[in-house]
Amino acid sequence: MERPAWAPRSIDISMPSVARMYDYYLGGSHNFEVDREAARRAMEFVPGLPKIMQANRAFMRRAVRYAARAGITQFLDIGSGIPSFGNVHEVAREAAPGARVVYVDHDPVAVAHTQAVLEGAEDADVVAADLRKPRDVLTSPQVERLIDLNRPVALLLVAILHFVEDTDDPYGAVAELRDALAPGSVLVVSHASYEGISLPRERVEGAVDVYKDIRNPLIMRSRDEIARFFEGYDMVEPGLVPMAKWRPDTAPEDEDPYAFSGFAGVGTKA
Amino acid sequence: MSAEPDGPEDRLRRFATIWSRAVFPATSTSLTRPEFEELLLPLARRLSEALRARTYDAAEGRAVGAALVEAHCTEPEALSRALDCVDAYLVLYCGGDGHQEDLRARAARLQSAMAAGYAEALRQRTLAEQEAIARAALEAQGAVARALHATEARFRAVFEGAAIGIGIADLDGNILQVNGALLRMFGVTEQTMLGRCVVEWTHPEDAPQVWRLYEELVRAEREHYHTEKAFHRPDGTVLWTNLTVSLLRDADGNPQYQLALMEDTTERRLLNLRLRYEATHDALTGLPNRTLFFERLEKALAAGDGQRFGLCYLDLDGFKAINDSLGHAAGDRLLVEVADRLQSCATAPGEMVARLGGDEFVALTTGPDTESEVDDLADRIMNALVTPVRIDGRELLVRGSIGIVEGPAGERGPAEVLRSADITMYRAKSAGGNRYEVADAEADARAITRHGLTTALPAALDRGEFFIEYQPLVHLGDGTVRGAEALVRWLHPQHGVLGPDRFIPLAERTGLIVPLGRWVLEQSVRQAREWQRRHGGTGPLRVNVNLSPCQLTHPGLVQDTVEILERAGLEPDALCLEVTESALIGADDDLLKPLRRLSEMGIDIALDDFGTGYSNLANLRRLPVRVLKLDRSFTQGMQQFPADPVDLKIVEGIVSLAHSLDLAVTVEGVETGAQAEQLRVLGCDTAQGWYYARPGPPERLHELALVDATG
Repeated sequence: MERPAWAPRSIDISMPSVARMYDYYLGGSHNFEVDREAARRAMEFVPGLPKIMQANRAFMRRAVRYAARAGITQFLDIGSGIPSFGNVHEVAREAAPGARVVYVDHDPVAVAHTQAVLEGAEDADVVAADLRKPRDVLTSPQVERLIDLNRPVALLLVAILHFVEDTDDPYGAVAELRDALAPGSVLVVSHASYEGISLPRERVEGAVDVYKDIRNPLIMRSRDEIARFFEGYDMVEPGLVPMAKWRPDTAPEDEDPYAFSGFAGVGTKA
Repeated sequence: MSAEPDGPEDRLRRFATIWSRAVFPATSTSLTRPEFEELLLPLARRLSEALRARTYDAAEGRAVGAALVEAHCTEPEALSRALDCVDAYLVLYCGGDGHQEDLRARAARLQSAMAAGYAEALRQRTLAEQEAIARAALEAQGAVARALHATEARFRAVFEGAAIGIGIADLDGNILQVNGALLRMFGVTEQTMLGRCVVEWTHPEDAPQVWRLYEELVRAEREHYHTEKAFHRPDGTVLWTNLTVSLLRDADGNPQYQLALMEDTTERRLLNLRLRYEATHDALTGLPNRTLFFERLEKALAAGDGQRFGLCYLDLDGFKAINDSLGHAAGDRLLVEVADRLQSCATAPGEMVARLGGDEFVALTTGPDTESEVDDLADRIMNALVTPVRIDGRELLVRGSIGIVEGPAGERGPAEVLRSADITMYRAKSAGGNRYEVADAEADARAITRHGLTTALPAALDRGEFFIEYQPLVHLGDGTVRGAEALVRWLHPQHGVLGPDRFIPLAERTGLIVPLGRWVLEQSVRQAREWQRRHGGTGPLRVNVNLSPCQLTHPGLVQDTVEILERAGLEPDALCLEVTESALIGADDDLLKPLRRLSEMGIDIALDDFGTGYSNLANLRRLPVRVLKLDRSFTQGMQQFPADPVDLKIVEGIVSLAHSLDLAVTVEGVETGAQAEQLRVLGCDTAQGWYYARPGPPERLHELALVDATG
């Protein structure tokens, strides 16, 4: 049957995707020229974007290990994007054998790719859903199959909340997720900010504009605004800090200056 | 791992450290630098061994290059740094004591192999990842297509299964897609429908704005509109719909299609029409009823300049008698026949006949020439009734009275016009019926006033709008005031003081005369008692009170009168009740009994207006009457000089007759001294009239009596 012409297309690979741009920053080839082109434009303003992404990956890896050491074996990664090396399930399994992971993304290509990567995996799955509709995430068959919400969960909102505009009520969505988790759960957040980055603000705004152009605006928030995502949770030491300062494995002087951009933190539910 | 300082193992580790420091900043790994160094250590060992191996093995170099790609050193910068590092430090740290030239040559070949292995691995990885992401994109699109397909299948099911008609057309009006319900509504096949243009769908009943709304929609000046619209069906019938048309835009907001949703309201409309017909037509005759007639009349009266209307209001004469004698079924058949005949009288455009109810019909004519047309219409109606109606083998003669109202539009309302017609019809009826009369404003006004007074009467009594004036009764022998006649007046808030002739007949008709009469009696008796109290020495002043025929037959008359007298403390002989001669014509004993009782108690009964009716002189003996009041018509003849001798003789005869029956005689309407003198000479006992005094307040009588007493 012919598709009615008034039905909208829902996949347009001629539009850059932030998930594939992220892969490109990390040296991957899971991307198309439109993605690379947009990423290169953003890098003209902020050349250290790959380093920032790398620092973000490193933070996530440390946070997952932290959660695993805290005894958590269930991981819910919302905004997981294109799974490249060192993904949550690899890190988690390494740190906590038998860990279960559910990835969530609303980019259909990212979801399809994740499905391919996870082919045959019993303890990891992916959900096509939107952070802005937490109910869809929490009631998905994948979450119901792999995650017991009566036991602690590590909820990963890594480099995702800065893609949710205030009009879409990110605080309400995160609150709903926080409330759904059992005591002992942890919330892992990293978020872009004008604070801490070693560049003049106009340069960063140039990169922000690129994201606006690709209709995926990057919402820069202050440290205080980011801290509100943890409302009701206890901050784990050292609190909400630049990414590279969150429980670093190595001396900070070894880190690239870009690694101190944005804020990262982990909170626990009492 | 512990290593002997500066031993081969220690030197290998130092090489790995230098290598990791050089390459780490150019990698994309999420490992820490120390972790990365641990990753490089086995690679360094392979290079070290390959460097010193007896035979050169390029595979080892290629494997190390590939391992770098594996470790996410995918930036060309990382390879460059790795090769620089191998070039500068491998022989230095891992060469041992081998031949320097050979070692350098071996290291150079290893670097080439590393570069080749790296390039090959990166190529493979890039291809694999490109393929993976392309496959994911395809898969995702497939998933979306499948979801869309499912959505579309659902949509299609809704589209096809919907009970309302759905159609999609482009903005030029070309019909692209329609559902089954729409085809069934129109009674056509899809082939005949598709490709047609919606602008062909005009219908004479289209509301004026329908196509303007359509134009606005296809010009994208309007998002949707809603209307009731009729369509032609191929079988010649009409399809009525509730139609909603919406503009469909593409993702960028550009107008693309128009979507029509229509609900078949044909049957509902027919039902509405039938209900409307039933609500506006008389079930018996099928004629328009009062509701519809009022609508039409209202429209006719609201018509513009130069437009007139003519209305014939018909009421059958004696229809009640037919109904009573032949039964309602016969009456109904008669009405149906009359309705049919009336209908045939008003067939021109602008004419209509309606049944208002009972045996009342109206015929309406409108237009500029109703002045002449309405008379023709009335003639036609009268003619139509001439032929007797045959019912149950009987020939019934049907007669009717018609009230005609004709006039220009825009002056009066329907209720006023209909009332005027009704009043005029009654005028025709009271003139004998079987005729028509034309409304005239003065007659209307009188009737309207009468109607107004009638309805205002009961409240007027409650509000105390009535009062009594007294006209003295003078003894002709000595000229003294002997009493007074009580005359009731109505102080109407709008019309001022009204005499009894204006309202007593109305009070008679409505029965209000009984309480009104009792009130007059009470007031008069109390007044008579008051006069007596103040004129103790000069003899009792009597009061005359009129009794209407209605009061005469009222069973409480005697009882009420006794109570009123007792309550006031007035002797019965101070009261005289006046009864008109006509009220007593043909009176039987039952009617006379209360009068006799009153008379026996000592109350005088006066026969009022004597000589105006058919005066049965012989009857006088039988009546309990003590006074005759001669009508003013007798005294009128005495106003001129010399007096009419015939009148004189008549009065003389009556007086003599009265006196022989022991009746006193009172004359009314005395206006001159000469008259008074004449009447005195003729033997009349008492007189009243303007010569003595006009009716006035009770105090006036008091003054007159005092004048008598002092004179």
